[in-house]
Amino acid sequence: MLSWLPENIASYGDKIDSLMYLVYYITGTAFVVTELALIIFLILYRRKPGRPAAYITGNRARQALWTLVPLAVILAIDLSLDFKGTPVWNEVKAAIPPSNVLVQVQAKQFNWEVHYPGPDGKLGTADDLVMDNQLHVPVNQVVKVRLKSQDVIHSLFLPNLRFKQDVLPGREIDGWFKATKTGTYPMPCAELCGFGHSGMYGQITVHSAEDYQAWVRQQWPSS
Amino acid sequence: MNETAAVAHATHESPGFVRTYLFSTDHKMIAKQFLWLGLIMMLLGGLLALMVRWELAWPETQLPLMNLISEKTWEALNESGSWIARMIPNGFISPESYNSLFTMHATIMVFLVVMPILVGTFGNFLIPLQIGAPDMAFPVLNMLSFWTTALGGLVMLAGFFVPGGHAAGGWTAYAPLSAQAIYTGVNWGQHLWLISLFILGVGSLMGSINYITTVINMRARGMTWFRMPLTIWSLFITAVLLLFALPVLQAAAVLLLFDRTLGTSFYLPAGGGEPLLWQHLFWFFGHPEVYVLILPAMGIVCDILPVFSRKPIFGYKAMAVAMISIAFLGFIVWGHHMFISGMNPSLAVGFSITTILISVPAALITMNWIATLFRASIRFTTPMLFALGVVSMFIIGGLSGIFLGLAPTDIFLHDTYFVVAHFHYIVFGFSILGIFAGIYFWFPKMFGRKLNETLGKIHFLATFITFNLVFFPMHMLGIGGHMRRIYNPLQYPFLEPLQPMNVFITVSAFLLGASQILFMINFFWGLAGKKTWEQNPWEANTLEWTAAPPRPPHGNFLTPPIVHHGPYVYSLPGSTQDWAPQNEELPGKLARAAAG
Repeated sequence: MLSWLPENIASYGDKIDSLMYLVYYITGTAFVVTELALIIFLILYRRKPGRPAAYITGNRARQALWTLVPLAVILAIDLSLDFKGTPVWNEVKAAIPPSNVLVQVQAKQFNWEVHYPGPDGKLGTADDLVMDNQLHVPVNQVVKVRLKSQDVIHSLFLPNLRFKQDVLPGREIDGWFKATKTGTYPMPCAELCGFGHSGMYGQITVHSAEDYQAWVRQQWPSS
Repeated sequence: MNETAAVAHATHESPGFVRTYLFSTDHKMIAKQFLWLGLIMMLLGGLLALMVRWELAWPETQLPLMNLISEKTWEALNESGSWIARMIPNGFISPESYNSLFTMHATIMVFLVVMPILVGTFGNFLIPLQIGAPDMAFPVLNMLSFWTTALGGLVMLAGFFVPGGHAAGGWTAYAPLSAQAIYTGVNWGQHLWLISLFILGVGSLMGSINYITTVINMRARGMTWFRMPLTIWSLFITAVLLLFALPVLQAAAVLLLFDRTLGTSFYLPAGGGEPLLWQHLFWFFGHPEVYVLILPAMGIVCDILPVFSRKPIFGYKAMAVAMISIAFLGFIVWGHHMFISGMNPSLAVGFSITTILISVPAALITMNWIATLFRASIRFTTPMLFALGVVSMFIIGGLSGIFLGLAPTDIFLHDTYFVVAHFHYIVFGFSILGIFAGIYFWFPKMFGRKLNETLGKIHFLATFITFNLVFFPMHMLGIGGHMRRIYNPLQYPFLEPLQPMNVFITVSAFLLGASQILFMINFFWGLAGKKTWEQNPWEANTLEWTAAPPRPPHGNFLTPPIVHHGPYVYSLPGSTQDWAPQNEELPGKLARAAAG
């Protein structure tokens, strides 16, 4: 089922995907075991003349063990999932590694306005460049994305980069990713943002190092 | 007083049509009123869902049967500014109306179908009958509760007819989208939506106070807390959840209405407000609300499984404790709806841990259900089939929740169809199947006649199969990155390969809708058929079947019942029959066995 996942091109994508697989195997096993037990019981213990049901209340300690032991296992699995998940979450969302590439994605109904800081590396200066729905980034470099909205809540979704972050009006939210493969990938909005929400869609282009330099020279020829 | 005399006495007091059918204070009639409200709304909510599905499978094509309406008629409708022309201009769904469709599908299903039936119908019908009370503690408040809910429903329906159309910000109504008319183009629709939610909240709170008081104060002699059927436990816990959660929603809705109408800025950043405040308030209500939608069904399943297994529920007290734990955890997990909302990411860690912890009581309940079937003598009646459907679907809906409760995997899955799949396994696979289980089970007590078993079983099979064909593939869509709430998947090149799946889901959804015709036939046939008013058709133990006459008068019990043991004494060794009604005293040795 997880083969439906879009191709992963994020540096941290493997960690997210392997967690997904871990949960998939755990829940898959739980699914098979419980549904199988259910079906077997339904077949074995269907009504048969002359065979009364057993009187088992499950209130005695020895009977309760049948559920308490699996519960302990479930609790252990829960805690280990939390234990495994927390560092991944912190890596992806909590701390942003040092980065040389900064872009600001400003969302509005119903476009992604991508602001590039230009050669001075600073946003809000004269050499900024704005492109609608086109995010250009270099491969294998940490990209810091500054997210702003000028109207309602949007959500920047980069399926291949395993990146999703809501964009709120009235604040700046920073996110990051590092793409490991060149190409062009989808950049939809994932949060309902009005009648034009469907179709609020851009593209992220991941350039190789040389291509990226060429793209930069093309955008800022004077520098 | 003998039985005939008592019934005669009750009918003698018969207060006329209006007081009997409209402004009744009899909890059983109020339960039926809630049932009618919920079933009619289910039809509407289902039709809205089918329109949403049509759009997703064949985007921007004319709805079926709309070609029967001539172009001239459409022109006339367009010119007159009719609400039909606004909702489906020329028989097509527009992006604006699409957003209204899914918003109202969810709103109606949650607030006007599942809550009225699970809480309103079963709560009203069962609490007095199962605890051995003559009625609710506050019968007039009970009547008001229904009519307030009906008023809320009317206000909600009115939203379809106002200029600008109905609310289109999703049932979660995230601000600022919902806070200013310019963002959606919806003005009065969203106002009415908020006013309606407030009114519905008042109606539910009246019910909640009534349920809590009744359960605490009006239990029959011998009906100790731990002799109550688990349905009563579940409804009691649900009422407490409503009492704590609803006022938060109401307050949030009022603030949002102020932002929309009075120029305040509670949620508007331009005036110093905070969009996330709405999400915190909404989900502080919203997550307990999810448990409001499933707990009563959980209780119903706990009561139906033993009857048709002829076995005690496994771990009765553990079940009650598990339900209480779920309710408690329900108040400290709301942040899992907001992992990527922009709230401080550190908070996600805590919310993720509490969320995943819910698997412990949830698994306990599932295992106890399955253990109840161990060495049972299972009768596959229609209510039993639906109850077993709940058990098997809860396994899927519960497990898929782990993908979403774990913060790092939620990053990808949030706001995709995986979420849609997950909560439909809960709200349909659990709540709606639970509703059907309850209706088939208590129909004889409510209306005096069993529903047709053969038709019921076909209804179950058709519903169960098509339900899974509709909602299981949605997991795959979500994993493929398919977002929720989009109007036209074909606008996204990367979703094009998934489109055949969308078509498959829609075809299945129409079959699922059509399967419900079987239920309607059965239901109306059952209402029209000859009433037998059989006393205890399922050979169950709880008081509503045993102590009351088959057709309880206002006042329920001819003599106040006395309860001698718990509700799940089935197949007690040494007993001559395999059930033991709660009001029947067992001989000493058996009584001790039943108590232990």
